[in-house]
Amino acid sequence: MPSRILEAWNGEAVDAAAVPVLPSQDFQQIVADVLTAGGRPSAYFGRPDGEGSVLVTAALADDAQGRLGLLSTRVGASWPSLSAECPSLQAFERELFEQYGVRPEGHPWLKPLRFEPPLVPGVDPWGLRASPQTIPGDYPFFRVEGEEVHEVAVGPVHAGVIEPGHFRFQCHGEHVFSLEIALGYQHRGVEPMLVGGPDRRTVALLESVAGDTVIGHGLAYANAIEALAGCHVPARATVLRGVALELERLANHVGDLGMLAGDVGFLPTASYCGALRADFLNALAEICGNRFGRGLVVPGGVRFDLDGAEAGRLAARVQAAWESVAGAVRLFFGSPSARNRTDGTGVVSRETCLQLGLVGPAARACGVSRDVRRDHATGAFRFIHVPTVTGETGDVFARAWVRYLEAERSAEFVVRELRSLPAGKVRTPFGAPAPGRLVVSLIEGWRGEIAHVAVTDAGGRLARYKIVDPSFHNWMGLAMAMRGEQISDFPLCNKSFNLSYCGHDL
Amino acid sequence: MIDGILDILRFRARFGAQTVAYPEGPARFPDRFRGRPAVDPGLCREGCRACADACPTEAVLDPGRASMRVDLGRCLFCPGCAEACPEGAIRFTRDYRLSSRSREALLVAGDAPLLAEAVAAEVRAVLGRALRLRQVSAAGCNGCEAELNASGNVQFDLSRFGVQFVASPRHADGIVVTGPVSENMRLATLKTWEATPEPRVVIAVGACAISGGVFRDSPVQSNGLPGVPEIPVDLWVPGCPPHPITFMDGVLRLLGRVSGDALRLAPTGIVGPSPGA
Repeated sequence: MPSRILEAWNGEAVDAAAVPVLPSQDFQQIVADVLTAGGRPSAYFGRPDGEGSVLVTAALADDAQGRLGLLSTRVGASWPSLSAECPSLQAFERELFEQYGVRPEGHPWLKPLRFEPPLVPGVDPWGLRASPQTIPGDYPFFRVEGEEVHEVAVGPVHAGVIEPGHFRFQCHGEHVFSLEIALGYQHRGVEPMLVGGPDRRTVALLESVAGDTVIGHGLAYANAIEALAGCHVPARATVLRGVALELERLANHVGDLGMLAGDVGFLPTASYCGALRADFLNALAEICGNRFGRGLVVPGGVRFDLDGAEAGRLAARVQAAWESVAGAVRLFFGSPSARNRTDGTGVVSRETCLQLGLVGPAARACGVSRDVRRDHATGAFRFIHVPTVTGETGDVFARAWVRYLEAERSAEFVVRELRSLPAGKVRTPFGAPAPGRLVVSLIEGWRGEIAHVAVTDAGGRLARYKIVDPSFHNWMGLAMAMRGEQISDFPLCNKSFNLSYCGHDL
Repeated sequence: MIDGILDILRFRARFGAQTVAYPEGPARFPDRFRGRPAVDPGLCREGCRACADACPTEAVLDPGRASMRVDLGRCLFCPGCAEACPEGAIRFTRDYRLSSRSREALLVAGDAPLLAEAVAAEVRAVLGRALRLRQVSAAGCNGCEAELNASGNVQFDLSRFGVQFVASPRHADGIVVTGPVSENMRLATLKTWEATPEPRVVIAVGACAISGGVFRDSPVQSNGLPGVPEIPVDLWVPGCPPHPITFMDGVLRLLGRVSGDALRLAPTGIVGPSPGA
């Protein structure tokens, strides 16, 4: 990486003042160079610099070296957009405009991201704040004109028990020309609520960024705040955290494989996986009392321990559950009629994946091998490796197959580690975060890379807490997957990504 | 193709029936499951408010006093208060029955069960045997949504009681709202409720829909359904998220399909006191 970047490890707290503040032209040149050379934007966010302008900080991931590059710049009311050159920045630039009013001049498609109130006073990027009936989706969508071209609008309230979002299709018969996704309905104002913390609500808030990724976001926060406080977590706690993270991955992957089977009408696997998913949720509840792992991860370790016999019985239960999953999922992948619906459907090319900066199974299904557990390992993954699985076709099948295979690796990890937990405590006293520090904390959640950036003020309180859910990168991947597809395959494509609405909307 | 069908049948035979014994039989919960908290202010130290200071959502009212209560509408059922209390004045029982017809009844003290009352007989005559519900996630984090989905799977199988989630409010007898009702979902929530024909029921599921939960007082949400006064609530189901059986218990009591206060719990035999002990 260029020398005008501060390099850091995942979860390494640095002096916030040591992050170089470059002239914006130099900053943009370096960002563009790093991204076109294969780097990724893990975070790209603003904060007020106290002098009327916005301090934009980029955290660029170098996966091959396992390093993060940090650099900042001060910007005013506008700057040139990089999105045409680096599409992976398109949502980040829209977010900076919405949160701080920094207009990216020449952005190819500047439109609201989540209709959130600006984070600084006196800014109204969309000129909509005066209207009390402002809702997401109230803006001119991209339209295809022509005879027999028609538009299909879906949401925000969907047919199933699903979070809200709006999908606008431009179709010719069944054929989809384009899908535009409008989000923001789920906006709860998480980031501003975290400022001034940590306080008694902080952990519960982070656990609620996405309720299906309690451990992922909880762990990203714990790693960040522990780095700021210089707190070292006992080995037994790091392994129990790893077990919880993989149980979360198992529950979601197995549940989604069942949902995919349901979407193509293959009911045996849909029913079996629906029930089997519960075994992994219940395993979390055995450890901590909550099926989603709430209350388990705390700064300094974990709240709950298992004795040897308990861990052994839990391992046996997970092992038995996985064997049933393998049988149930084989029925699905072995069925020609099911494969006919998944193979070649919803393709995202490797090139598109790299341009958009997709993460997690959605990227690995395109043959792009990136996994925070390997590339930027923290906690138990520093000394216990979980093999990374990739596919090559980038279609619904590849996303399903990658998720199945990586769930299998997770099951192996959970069973093995439960049977050989390191001795010792699971929790250590946790002190106060140090003042004037910055830390980037990455976790490989089940959807992909979760990035949290915490910056403390002179008093050691959180001055800015930035959250990047994997869905933030991946929603555009779903839009691209639908191009040229049949609209009736949308539920299938959607579920193969299963992105988070609230993780995006914050 | 025949082989494929035989494989499915063989798997099904091995897998066995998955539906839980509840409500005819006992409900199986892990030893560490946190259900309704039991509150005994008689044990409190003078002037102590450790529980309230540990609570993320200010759910402990009047800490350390004889009038101490826990507001289940705000409670996240995290271990915070019980862990902080030096005297065991708040402890979590495994009683999964948490639903109530009134918001006030969610303020609990002592150790009495919370049992929702059935709707009026004339409403029950229309809805009691087939209740179709439309779910509205109004900034729910997908925790409550996931558990509502689970209540319909083969394990909990809510449809055996004629209760199902449907795709349109026009087909529904009621709505189930999750989440704190973000400003950006307020209009859609109201429209869905208006589109549901009467007689209709409204069920608020989870701390967020009841009080805003952990998002309480964030300026871009409504503190749950109480912040949307147009929509009257018939059933409050606390939790973060409520367990599928907690949701089922509430709905089945609302319909008069479950009654009485007998609590039957079964151990899982994995974590906790060793099996047979």
